[in-house]
Amino acid sequence: MASSAASLLKEQKILKSKIQIDEKMKKIILSILASGFLTVALAQVEKGNILIKNGTVLTITKGILESTDVLVKDGKITQIAKGIAAPAGVKIIDASGLYVMPGIIDAHSHIGLDAINEGTNAITPEVWTGDAINPFQMSIYRALAGGCTVSHALHGSANSIGGQSQTIKHRYGTFDPDAMKMEGAPRTIKFALGENPTSGGRSDDLQPQSRMGVEFVIRQAFSEAKQYMERWKLYNKNKLVKGFRGAPPAYSLRYETLADLLRGEIILHCHSYRADEINMVLKVCKDFGIKRLVFQHANEAFKVAPELAAAGASASVFSDWWQYKLEVYYSTAYNAAILVRNGVVTSINSDSPDLIRHLYHEAGKTQKYGGLSDDEALSLITINPAKQLGIENRVGSLEVGKDGDVAIFKNHPLSIYAVPQYSIVDGMVRFDREKDAGDMRLMPDPKETIDVTFYETGHSHDNCMQGVETLFGHDQNENKN
Amino acid sequence: MRKIQSIYGIVIAVICFVVIHVEAQSPKGKYGTFALTNATIETITQGTIANGTVIISNGKITAVGANVQVPSSAEVINCSGLKIYPGMIDGGTRIGLLEIGQIPQASDTREKGDIIPQMKALTAVNPNATAIPITRISGVTTVITAPTGGLMPGTAVLINLHGYTPDQMYAGFEGVVVNFPSTGRRGFFDRRTDEDIKKASEKALKQLNDVWDKAMQYHKLDSATKGKGVTYYPEMQTMIPVVRGEVPLMIEVNAQKDIQTALKWVKEKKVKKVIFTGVSEGWREAANIAKANIPVVTGPVIAIPNREYDRYDAIYANAGRMKKAGVKVAIRSEEDGNGNYRNLPYHAGFAVAYGMNKEDALKAITITPAEIFNVSDKLGSIEVGKDATLFVCNGDIFETKTQVSHVFIGGWMMPMQSRQTLLYEEFLKREPGLSKN
Repeated sequence: MASSAASLLKEQKILKSKIQIDEKMKKIILSILASGFLTVALAQVEKGNILIKNGTVLTITKGILESTDVLVKDGKITQIAKGIAAPAGVKIIDASGLYVMPGIIDAHSHIGLDAINEGTNAITPEVWTGDAINPFQMSIYRALAGGCTVSHALHGSANSIGGQSQTIKHRYGTFDPDAMKMEGAPRTIKFALGENPTSGGRSDDLQPQSRMGVEFVIRQAFSEAKQYMERWKLYNKNKLVKGFRGAPPAYSLRYETLADLLRGEIILHCHSYRADEINMVLKVCKDFGIKRLVFQHANEAFKVAPELAAAGASASVFSDWWQYKLEVYYSTAYNAAILVRNGVVTSINSDSPDLIRHLYHEAGKTQKYGGLSDDEALSLITINPAKQLGIENRVGSLEVGKDGDVAIFKNHPLSIYAVPQYSIVDGMVRFDREKDAGDMRLMPDPKETIDVTFYETGHSHDNCMQGVETLFGHDQNENKN
Repeated sequence: MRKIQSIYGIVIAVICFVVIHVEAQSPKGKYGTFALTNATIETITQGTIANGTVIISNGKITAVGANVQVPSSAEVINCSGLKIYPGMIDGGTRIGLLEIGQIPQASDTREKGDIIPQMKALTAVNPNATAIPITRISGVTTVITAPTGGLMPGTAVLINLHGYTPDQMYAGFEGVVVNFPSTGRRGFFDRRTDEDIKKASEKALKQLNDVWDKAMQYHKLDSATKGKGVTYYPEMQTMIPVVRGEVPLMIEVNAQKDIQTALKWVKEKKVKKVIFTGVSEGWREAANIAKANIPVVTGPVIAIPNREYDRYDAIYANAGRMKKAGVKVAIRSEEDGNGNYRNLPYHAGFAVAYGMNKEDALKAITITPAEIFNVSDKLGSIEVGKDATLFVCNGDIFETKTQVSHVFIGGWMMPMQSRQTLLYEEFLKREPGLSKN
């Protein structure tokens, strides 16, 4: 009896040390892998040194500094002061008479992506827009020409639980898709409520076809993810017991992702319009313990502003869009102002390759609709979207230690006469109005006969449905000149 | 005691009734004699008047200037520190036709058929459309509302954004819309081959030629028989005034190649009255458009270039470049997807930021469209004898900070209210808030 107990103890010790070795090996392997990735990542991301002289610096978080210099070294802001002496070899921009502000951030965009929707199932958290980045898209350069340096490359809204999304830096000029990804930005995922996922459901004759179904699909997915987590927890516990013969549960990237969401490792960005569905998701997230929650579009967020504020949820909205579908019919352009006045962290987004070029103007409209102050209006396109993407320690304001992402304007950025002059990412000048190529072709394609495309500048729908536009009659028979 | 109580009760009942009655009604427009005093007046046609007065009476502007006698009957509105502009004119909207996008039942912009100029937008204008107050309280008082669809989708109309019937809204202009055959892709969803696009464009041009030739014949027949020899033929009856130059063609054309073809077509067919609309690549053909003496209603200005390789600000700068080349340029918003026609001054503002002269840009949304639509005797500037269609605001109307405080349309003072302002009032401090008790 005593001997068997002793041998059991011995075996357990051996097992434990084995596990420890395993853990050590794992750590070593992981650190090798990580350092490998890191060196690759560092090698890809170009960082610059630059001194921006004598501008009116709109720091966003620390007031307005007249005739002030901003020094960026190795991609980071190292000094903001008057009369900084230029270190040797640093590029200098004379910003006399110009406005210097942090690079604009768009919390809702689809630029730089070759694919937006994986609408093949009501839930597709297993996919990731980070796998579809196209660093050559002209829309990235054009966003830079509007002072926008960071955007959230979101999955579309064809399904209730869409794909994971990627925060990108507009490092236009780099050829490597991975170098567009903002290193260290938290993971995000796209959910969608209302007309878009229910239209998809109707066209496939699947759930959801109503807002009741949307809630059920989300709750069901979360519940199944919890069961999945339990199965793995049980297995991981049991496999340590000697003599355990059970097989591991089936691996599912779908539920792994949802498990990470439930564990708080992913920020939830939820496409929504109506107040009732926003309220619904607030409740679902409360029930499942999800705390990092941003409502996208959220045209009726103003109706549930107290609830949003109480839950600590935030909203990323259009400045003034309405009318393009039933669920935006009861919108008001005062949405952002009402949310701000009720203490909700709010941003203005684009969801459009056009609007992303003038988010400063979109933010300016909150001064017409609700009388926001300059700082409040500019926060909507800088520090607030940074908070919503979990990158506020890196970007969104001009502060020492933050990334060297800067937009320089002729005229105040909230004025209609504002014209972006330079956009700088990590200290690298990625847009310079003086040096704009005019014709962006290296050479014309002699075979090309049709080179004109009439983009829908009238914004007749949210661009979240790209790839599944047949659902909305944007078929080839449509005659739009 | 009881008597006092009952009187008290009646008084309360009357107060309640009055309050409820007032609250249940949307505010109405107000007609009368108004004096807008101490204002900076942007007359458009006669410069800026500092510290001036505008008198509105019987729907007209009856006096403008620095030394104006205020009639004793006038309601005086002190505009000290404020500016007066003529009502802005948007040459491209779907107001009254489109209530909600993506819902066929809520849209009357498009009729079945390719050649249907007889479809009249004015017929389907809903005077109670939600977009009307939303647009007019921003100072956009007068708009073209146009049908959309095939080659000739119908007749567009100029309306004032106030009235209870289409006739009360009619602002004195109609034009027959042509979507000129296009060699461009319609959008990212257009996956036709280059060959197919070319063929479709050629086919459409042939169709357009046929229509025009037929209209010419019809006109000759009609003239020869003094209107008695023709049978019921609504398409052609609509085309007669076009052929005779009484009603213009509003030709929507954008790509350079299409502009060239359209210029040639107009010349060949000797079309007497033509307006080009859209014209997003106008800068590429500006000199030729100017030479042809065809006025242009361009927009949206805040838009992406049609070609991947074009300069990012090509469309922002387009209006200014055309104007510089001598084209008569009006600016439209054409924000028909999201109903934001109220952004018209911002389209003009962007044109200024990217090179257009500020005065020209202001004209491009006031007197120039009034001239193009042949209503400059009534609209487009602050002048004695013109309709009292104007607005008051606290700064440069191109700036987003600026607030519009008063709007007059044909002498009617508009309530400064829309569904969007009502929602703001209701929800800024919602009651109940988080808890109901």
